[in-house]
Amino acid sequence: MQSAMDSAQGIPVVYNDKVVRQFAVMTVIWGIVGMSVGVLIAAQLLWPALNFDIAWLSYGRLRPLHTNAVIFAFGGCALFASSYHIVQRTCHVRLISDKLAAFTFWGWQLVILAAAITLPLGITQSREYAELEWPIDLLIAVVWVAYGIVFFGTLAIRKVKHIYVANWFFAAYVITIAVLHIINNLAIPVSATKSYIIYSGVVDAMVQWWYGHNAVGFFLTAAFLGMMYYFVPKQAGRPIYSYRLSIVHFWALISTYMWAGPHHLHYTTLPDWAQSLGMVFSLILLAPSWGGMINGIMTLSGAWHKLRTDPILKFMIVSLSFYGMSTFEGPMMSIKTVNALSHYTDWTIGHVHSGALGWVAFMSIGTMYALIPKLHGQRQMWSTRLIDVHFWIATIGVVLYVAAMWIAGVMQGLMWRAFNTDGTLTYTFVEALKATYPFYAVRLVGGLLFLIGMLIMLFNLIKTIAAPREAAMPLAVPAV
Amino acid sequence: MIGIIRGIITLVLMLLFITLVIWAWSGRRKAQFNAAAQLPLEDEPKEAPRNTQS
Repeated sequence: MQSAMDSAQGIPVVYNDKVVRQFAVMTVIWGIVGMSVGVLIAAQLLWPALNFDIAWLSYGRLRPLHTNAVIFAFGGCALFASSYHIVQRTCHVRLISDKLAAFTFWGWQLVILAAAITLPLGITQSREYAELEWPIDLLIAVVWVAYGIVFFGTLAIRKVKHIYVANWFFAAYVITIAVLHIINNLAIPVSATKSYIIYSGVVDAMVQWWYGHNAVGFFLTAAFLGMMYYFVPKQAGRPIYSYRLSIVHFWALISTYMWAGPHHLHYTTLPDWAQSLGMVFSLILLAPSWGGMINGIMTLSGAWHKLRTDPILKFMIVSLSFYGMSTFEGPMMSIKTVNALSHYTDWTIGHVHSGALGWVAFMSIGTMYALIPKLHGQRQMWSTRLIDVHFWIATIGVVLYVAAMWIAGVMQGLMWRAFNTDGTLTYTFVEALKATYPFYAVRLVGGLLFLIGMLIMLFNLIKTIAAPREAAMPLAVPAV
Repeated sequence: MIGIIRGIITLVLMLLFITLVIWAWSGRRKAQFNAAAQLPLEDEPKEAPRNTQS
């Protein structure tokens, strides 16, 4: 690996692209792994025999494997790659420590591997999105602190006076995830594979959903907004629509998200005032969320024609559209009366995937298509045509998935609360399940299409890496 | 008492937000923000030597 050189002499600084390359490749691979598990468990809902009566292939064990793989392995690798790339390019400086950066890569892969082994074995804390047991939690904490040192250390030695807004979003995400992870996983170990969380009762539930919702807010939102604030302007070839709006967006978003968690606990034993607080903050969230969406989409104003020829930009703009949709849907679902219908139904699953596939995965895929060729000395991916094919297959996949879950969810909610005149339930639970069955088939098709898109991406990635390098691109910094 | 504290907190947070908006939109920072907005676009050399056009 080449070492950094002094830019003062006019010699180009060579950025640390190696760690970015590693994370970028693993993004695609873990995406395929995580989504394959998703497709398998979607198929299990149609054909339960697909668990083959093997405990570690059962739905209950594979479902957390799916969520952990797509959020923390796929999404996490995409965030490591893009944050390391962006912080170097916008600070005009190489990462502060190559060794520590390499440690975050191998450490994170080890975490993922440990998750892939322990979750099917049934080793779990039973906390949603925080299933991993305490030894893995400790490893995550160590890797995350190293990540923080690399990221903030690089910010500290920057050659540019201003810290670009994308880095603010990444900074908030790195700090908040550390706090959330540590507090939510405070546990007393009783053996190497079993621990008990220190909280109990409703406090436990509240801590869990304070964590859970902010994992959505900071891992899956703020950090991907950081990605958006760099790669959308980059791909569109024009600066962000309003830099001032991005500042207001940042502070409004991070200060509001923190309080929205209680909406996961409507009509539970959580005190009413806390439920209402969660609902109100969720409603307020619409404003900063849409501010960010408008800022991203309007960056294309005057350059809309680029959408016709650039499938990468299509991924990003559709991603922002899904962001707008799910950040409208989320506040709506947090209204208690709406939640009374939607909660515990597949509507929630539809909402999550509209955000996770439509927003997070589309933004990550667009970013990777923009980033990967650069990291391998290419102007663009091996085939732009295949990016376009991927775009359409993935879009049809998401729409099928989300529409099926919406319809199924509303139907379930209505059936569950239908009463006869004598006060008895109109439908048994199994009747609602039977009515859902065809929608599970549509969902499986949607998920399968999305996975096929990822396989096309892998093929394109392999071809791009294998292609001869066009030139050693000197990644120089402009004069500061 | 708790009502007064809540009122004060609401007021403080509102003032903070308004200050933030005024700060962000003040004319003095315009040039600085415009320069910052260019950061993603200027981080690669425009004349990167490339052998081929694909």
